[in-house]
Amino acid sequence: MDNLSQNGEGKISIIEDGSIASKNSNLNVCNVCLGILQDFCEKEFIKKVCQKVEASGFEFTNLVLSISFPPQLSVREHAAWLLVKQEMGKQSLSLERNDTVQLKEAYKWITHPLFSEELGVPIDGKSLFEVSVVFAHPETVEDCHFLRAICPDCFKPAKNKQSVFTRMAVMKALNKIKEEDFRKQFPCPPNSPKAVCSVVEIECAHGAVFVAGRYNKYSRNLPQTPWIIDGERKLDSSVEELISDHLLTVFKAESFNFSSSGREDVDVRTLGNGRPFAIELVNPHRVHFTSQEIKELQQKINNSSNKIQVRDLQLVTREAIGHMKEGEEEKTKTYSALIWTNKAIQRKDIEFLDDIKDLKIDQKTPLRVLHRRPLAVRTRIIHSMETHYVDEHHFRLYLKTQAGTYIKEFVHGDFGRTKPNICSLMDVTADILELDVESVDVDWPPALDD
Amino acid sequence: MATEPETPVAASAKEPAVPSLVDRYFTRWYKADVKGKPCEDHCILQHSNRICVITLAGSHPVLQSGKVIKSISYQISTNCSRLQNKVSGKFKRGAQFLTELAPLCKIYCSDGEEYTISSCVRGRLMEVNENILHKPSILQEKPSTEGYIAVVLPKFEESKSITEGLLTQKQYEEVVVKRISATTATS
Repeated sequence: MDNLSQNGEGKISIIEDGSIASKNSNLNVCNVCLGILQDFCEKEFIKKVCQKVEASGFEFTNLVLSISFPPQLSVREHAAWLLVKQEMGKQSLSLERNDTVQLKEAYKWITHPLFSEELGVPIDGKSLFEVSVVFAHPETVEDCHFLRAICPDCFKPAKNKQSVFTRMAVMKALNKIKEEDFRKQFPCPPNSPKAVCSVVEIECAHGAVFVAGRYNKYSRNLPQTPWIIDGERKLDSSVEELISDHLLTVFKAESFNFSSSGREDVDVRTLGNGRPFAIELVNPHRVHFTSQEIKELQQKINNSSNKIQVRDLQLVTREAIGHMKEGEEEKTKTYSALIWTNKAIQRKDIEFLDDIKDLKIDQKTPLRVLHRRPLAVRTRIIHSMETHYVDEHHFRLYLKTQAGTYIKEFVHGDFGRTKPNICSLMDVTADILELDVESVDVDWPPALDD
Repeated sequence: MATEPETPVAASAKEPAVPSLVDRYFTRWYKADVKGKPCEDHCILQHSNRICVITLAGSHPVLQSGKVIKSISYQISTNCSRLQNKVSGKFKRGAQFLTELAPLCKIYCSDGEEYTISSCVRGRLMEVNENILHKPSILQEKPSTEGYIAVVLPKFEESKSITEGLLTQKQYEEVVVKRISATTATS
């Protein structure tokens, strides 16, 4: 049986806590909060949620609580506010929107201390560990629908959403709608639901943590990232897997994103201090490590492979990643190349290269990457070179170059598409037999004493 | 192996063979007697990443001794110059699309002969070699590298099928051998 008038006109009476007594005494669900302040503020419920949190296996020292109410709750809140405003108006008192306490705020006031006590950690809005609780009330899902007729532009279908009636959209429409229009369409006070809300989701997630370091590569047969064509792995392993797999395990993370300050080809070694890298560990379950533990992790990685070695392994912040990417574009690199020439050469034939400083070269996109890069001409600078004679057909060339220089193409000329090049400078046909990265001149991450 | 082979005869190594840039990254494919013109053989260098470099095969008339190139032109018709080819972005939009018989350039020789070089593969034209415009002798000195004609990017789906109409190195060598014996037989 209906309790009271459905239309907001005629006789209504509001009891202080907003609930309206039902003729059916066993159903006593609040018509504003849909049972959230009735059943879901109790220690028992909190305990159930916390059990799930503890079972999820996350390590955390604080948490942020993310509560999601069904959108139609905002509609009911709005209705209740209009009513209270009306009643106060009769007593010549005015009521502003911020004079009332939002349902969500009240819910958090009640539950935050309870969660905190049960889990033994403080609630902190900046925490990386998020516990999200999602409520739904299927019975009243259509409560919002009248808003679409009045404010259609608030409810444009978006790609990723199942329903257009999101909390944001409903709030937007409620701010727009005129009081009279609202009261015509929605009963004030709202009618009583038969059941309370249900919890459809309790999820835990930890924000990403970042680990940085520098890697050396000693293999001439190792790609940076897994080399897979048509589902078939062409080369065993990769730099990123050899480093990240261990981190994935220890941090108990879902996945990782590996990035580095530039990269080298499969057949190029990285010597010297190594190349800076950073790994984003997504949804890590374990996040607290002492520097000793990180040192041990570094040792573990180094013991597991002789193809790569890492140093200066450390936890860093997301902001710090910017330093590394800056290095990719701005900082110089030094290389050593073993060069073959078709013509027999003497020491005097290569000495002139030592004197060339800041040589400008124009490099068209190398043919070997043209299939996946735009065609363009890039001007780069070879800052300095140093030659070491080996024999009549070989010499070693050390070079210091601007970031983004294609060394192999500078040596063999890439069909004349890199100009000038070693062939044109020496008037020979030259090719590169071996290339090593001697240094990546980025001073990040901070060096650690090992 | 020091020099690029002018004729398709296996290079007799004076020193241990160092595979050239072309040997390391490219597969050589050939089209003989392009457009029915005798001996106008083209060599297509196909990179492992499917990009094709169009070059002249060693048996092409332009590469024979005594031929002098007067000029090279990329204006293949009144409305079309290969020099105007503009390519933008990773997906190479705006490129002129080439069919197998599409002309790339015209070579004018001092003896009055004129040769048209064709694409031989279907795909988007990436670039034509401007270096040979300024110094045509490069085409004869280094036909397989600095003297290339053009770079073509076949469609991804067609990257394997484009070689179906082309000859392998071995097949090409057989064609050349047959030609030589045919001329010696008739002389």
